[in-house]
Amino acid sequence: MTNPTSNVAYETHEHDVLVIGAGGAGLRAAIEASALGLKVGLVCKSLLGKAHTVMAEGGCAASMGYVDSADGWKTHFKDTMHGGKFLNNFRMAQLHAQEAPERIRELERWGAVFDRTPDGKISQRPFGGHTYRRLCHVGDHTGLEIIRTLQDKGVHSGLDVYMEATITDLLKDGDRVSGAFGYWRESGRFVVFKAKAVILATGGIGRAYKITSNSWEYSGDGDAMAYRAGAELMDMEFIQFHPTGMVWPNGVRGLLVTEAVRGEGGRLYNALGERFMEKVDPKRMELSTRDIVSKAINKEVKEGRGSPHGGVFLDISHRGAEYILKKLPGMYRQLLEFADVDITKGPMEIGPTTHYTMGGVRVEAESTMTKVPGLFAAGEVAAGMHGANRLGGNSLSDLLVFGRRAGLGAYEYIKANNPSTNLSEEVIAAAAKRVTKCFDSDSGENPYTIHKELQDMMQAKVGIVRTEAELHEAIEALKGFRARVANVSVTGSRQFNPGWHLAIELENMLTCAEAVARCALQRTESRGGHTREDHPEYHPHWSTVNSVASQDQDGSMNVGEIPLLPMPEELKALCEGEVGIPKPAA
Amino acid sequence: MSSSQTSASSLPPLSEVKTASLNTSPALQVSTLGSTERPDAWWIEPVLSVAALLGFSVYVTWAVSQNANYHIGPFLSPLYSPNLQEYFPKLFQALPWLSPAYLVLWVPLLFRGTCYYARRVAYRSFLMTPSACAVGPSETASALYEGETKFPFAVMNLHRYFFYLALVLVFFHWKHLVDAFFYPQGVGVGIGTLVVGIDTVFLTLYVFSCHSWRHLLAGKLDCFTCSAVDKMRHGAYKRQSKLNESHGHYFWFSLAAVWFADVYIRQVASGNWHDTVYLFGQGLTTNPF
Amino acid sequence: MACSHPTNAPHPKANSASTTIKGGTKAVAEGTVATFSVYRGTAESGEMKTYQVPVAEGMVVLDAVHHMQANDAPDLAARWNCKAAKCGSCSAEINGKPSLMCKTRMDALPLDEPITITPMKAFPVLKDLVTDVSWNYRVNERITPFTPKSDDTDNWTLYQEDVERVQEFRKCIECFLCQDVCHVIRNHDKKNDFYGPRFMVRLASLDMHPLDTVDRLQAIKEEAGVGFCNITKCCTEVCPEHIHITDNAIIPLKERVADRYFDPIGKLKGALGLNKSRK
Repeated sequence: MTNPTSNVAYETHEHDVLVIGAGGAGLRAAIEASALGLKVGLVCKSLLGKAHTVMAEGGCAASMGYVDSADGWKTHFKDTMHGGKFLNNFRMAQLHAQEAPERIRELERWGAVFDRTPDGKISQRPFGGHTYRRLCHVGDHTGLEIIRTLQDKGVHSGLDVYMEATITDLLKDGDRVSGAFGYWRESGRFVVFKAKAVILATGGIGRAYKITSNSWEYSGDGDAMAYRAGAELMDMEFIQFHPTGMVWPNGVRGLLVTEAVRGEGGRLYNALGERFMEKVDPKRMELSTRDIVSKAINKEVKEGRGSPHGGVFLDISHRGAEYILKKLPGMYRQLLEFADVDITKGPMEIGPTTHYTMGGVRVEAESTMTKVPGLFAAGEVAAGMHGANRLGGNSLSDLLVFGRRAGLGAYEYIKANNPSTNLSEEVIAAAAKRVTKCFDSDSGENPYTIHKELQDMMQAKVGIVRTEAELHEAIEALKGFRARVANVSVTGSRQFNPGWHLAIELENMLTCAEAVARCALQRTESRGGHTREDHPEYHPHWSTVNSVASQDQDGSMNVGEIPLLPMPEELKALCEGEVGIPKPAA
Repeated sequence: MSSSQTSASSLPPLSEVKTASLNTSPALQVSTLGSTERPDAWWIEPVLSVAALLGFSVYVTWAVSQNANYHIGPFLSPLYSPNLQEYFPKLFQALPWLSPAYLVLWVPLLFRGTCYYARRVAYRSFLMTPSACAVGPSETASALYEGETKFPFAVMNLHRYFFYLALVLVFFHWKHLVDAFFYPQGVGVGIGTLVVGIDTVFLTLYVFSCHSWRHLLAGKLDCFTCSAVDKMRHGAYKRQSKLNESHGHYFWFSLAAVWFADVYIRQVASGNWHDTVYLFGQGLTTNPF
Repeated sequence: MACSHPTNAPHPKANSASTTIKGGTKAVAEGTVATFSVYRGTAESGEMKTYQVPVAEGMVVLDAVHHMQANDAPDLAARWNCKAAKCGSCSAEINGKPSLMCKTRMDALPLDEPITITPMKAFPVLKDLVTDVSWNYRVNERITPFTPKSDDTDNWTLYQEDVERVQEFRKCIECFLCQDVCHVIRNHDKKNDFYGPRFMVRLASLDMHPLDTVDRLQAIKEEAGVGFCNITKCCTEVCPEHIHITDNAIIPLKERVADRYFDPIGKLKGALGLNKSRK
């Protein structure tokens, strides 16, 4: 097959700020930048409003104190630091806890309609690792409410939205970011965005795993592009395996069952009918943090006490049909429609699923700027906020708080530097060449085959429980995958060609997978979302550093460590003592 | 108008938007009956609806043109309710050819004809816009379609007035039901009483499950909790909403009940059937009239 | 608790699929192969192509499409994201019925004949199963956003009873199946006159919001064209979120419009200035 690009033709759009990704963080960033008077372009791989935020179910953590008046940012901060096993960027955790309530109020002003308390305030539900009932929610589709609210706000904020466009490379002018290169999914034609600042809001890397709650978009594009542009990836070994994903049927294996099921009183049982969380975390039981519950479930299944389809049982039926239908209508229908299970009558089978990437691009807390001037990152693609393990509900609030801060950060950066947006034709040609070379050969492999095998390998060797030997094998295997991806071939035209899209995304997934495996190999301890069978305990050294991966001059991956930022005494004092146990849902 | 209205003029006209009629690929053209890819028996529902409604119309036309056998003992055919003959005897003496049913039937006809459920049935089954979901209507229907924006279909927006009139009808039906206990020989419950009772109950359920009534009760309010009265209205609205979900069922049940009540009373009045009644203090009596 | 085969022992209250099969679905025999007839092409030209896909337990149509992409047609264009009926991306017409591919189970379809998958008919085809739905986004831009009385949300009191109605409408995942099945858009192509069921739902969610201050009735009647709906209820039939689009959104909007524009008493009151302001 001949290369359909004989000469590089592309269209150009110019903006002050280009936001890549239109989930919660991207939309919030775009709204903020636009409100500050900047000309904003918002690019999304899918249609607007379909981003993964839509899948967030349980709620958005913010210490409004409407249900438990004792709650406040200090407790939220403490819970977040404990949940993250103190690897968090303390400043991010602090800003997050302090600003989340205002972000929620803002959403209400923009039309979000949260569930209410009997006295007419926003209702808040308990969640794992939170001392108080703290999650503002709308049934079990909170993410949908938030993305739709932001979408409708964004539509009236004068944004230029580029739907179904994929950014494949960041473009630089010297050290600074000055734009991005991509293509329209519909036509396959190239598009170049010139921008004084670029905000990444591309989400995580879950699609590198076989069993995942993430959508196809989660191929680590932002992480990989930032890495190639010179930014650092931090804490990549910390992958959150959500304890409750569906295990049957195979087509929906990994699909999320919201933590709200446990928040509303759901209980976990093994095949013997034992409530095994009694042994693991007798105080918090099912509302322990996600890393602990996932590992406990993993253990039950490994030791032969699993359910018929290789999970354990989660039962909420004791709350009664009326309550379940009110509070968990989506889960009721999801289980009934996909798995023929009526959760008002009996338990469902669940097991851990790849859910969230705590790691990502290393950013500065206040402005969310990365090491590359003009490049910002917010939401799941950014690292630091959640440390080694994210608390449920802290993701939606993270999006809002740091999405806004990214917009603000970009504004201040532009105001202070008034950067140029020069782009080099050579770089653009190289970017075009990189994404179309897969059309040159017709002897290479099908991208779907490689993707499936990559997912299987990551699941088996860089999964919930890791060992040195397996991580070495994984790193070796990734070299093999890289060679195969370099030789992948794509059939058909460039017009809406999913095989082609996947071939491009595979390279990004490989970069992220390698960072995960290498950081996991380096961290010889178990902490949060990173569990080493050969190093099962905390290690004092590793509690003082974050892992970082960056690209060497020769293109290879450098993995190292950087010390944590020292936390001020008054914040340290806030973190003393154990995390409290929330009262059950009203 | 509020000042917060965005000016529509700043937006590009919707007419610039590409339309589906550009889909000219032959493989996307469906030439089967009703223009659909649906392999299932989507046509059963409209066919049954047409059959039922046409059958009922033919029967009603015949029955009201009889101008006889609609009244026997304590029973009045619902097609002739309220009984104008009883209230304006001189008028009907002067015009013996005029069936009193003609002067009342327009009320249920308009109530049913503008009913939100019946509109669904009629637009699907008779006007075929569309006959069933994802089934294409005829080209002519497409070209003429204006929804309910213009006369005559804009009249549908007055459904609430026919609801008010239907309330009068409900009142008379209950009166007839009370009458139906008073046989010439004494008080009792007969088959006819039950037949009239079923008709009355279903008509009541049908009328009070009306969408317009739902709107008037509290649907028009934006705040259900802003005053004690609003709270009461909202309580009633919630209960009525449950009833409203079955509005379509009540449409058919009450239609069937009206038909059967007329058949029954007509047969008894013409002596073909005999009513049976349990008279209090007297026991079972067959053929009371 | 003693148990010799722990992995096989069902939980005392287990009701997994092996014991409960929902009505309407039937078990698919091992080794069954389904035949699909899928539209491949653009708006101007294309054909129905046949694919064979082995059927697995609990499989949905989107799984089958993925199988086709991985094995037979890597460039088969189809939108999808969450594969859990939450994002509303994978809308298409399966055996002529507008449906989400991720939610249509194979055991609910007759497998003795080819299953047809075609793109949504109401929108221009871009390629294969992907259609140009941008019209919907243009419509949304025309709707005046939520405009509350005050920005002081700390002092907002909003009861659950008041927001429940609005919350039903806000469950919409924008799959646009209602827009696709609506004959006003699908067959009469009245995209300039009528916003379609999805945006009737959106307008209802704003108009019925207790704190919204915008008077939207004229827009609902004129620009949005609520009168074009003839309440044939196909939108409600296809809604994957089970929103009662017709009964709870469109009919109440028609009634609100009737209050002001059709009801003679309402008109008279309006002329005499006796109407209480709705907002």
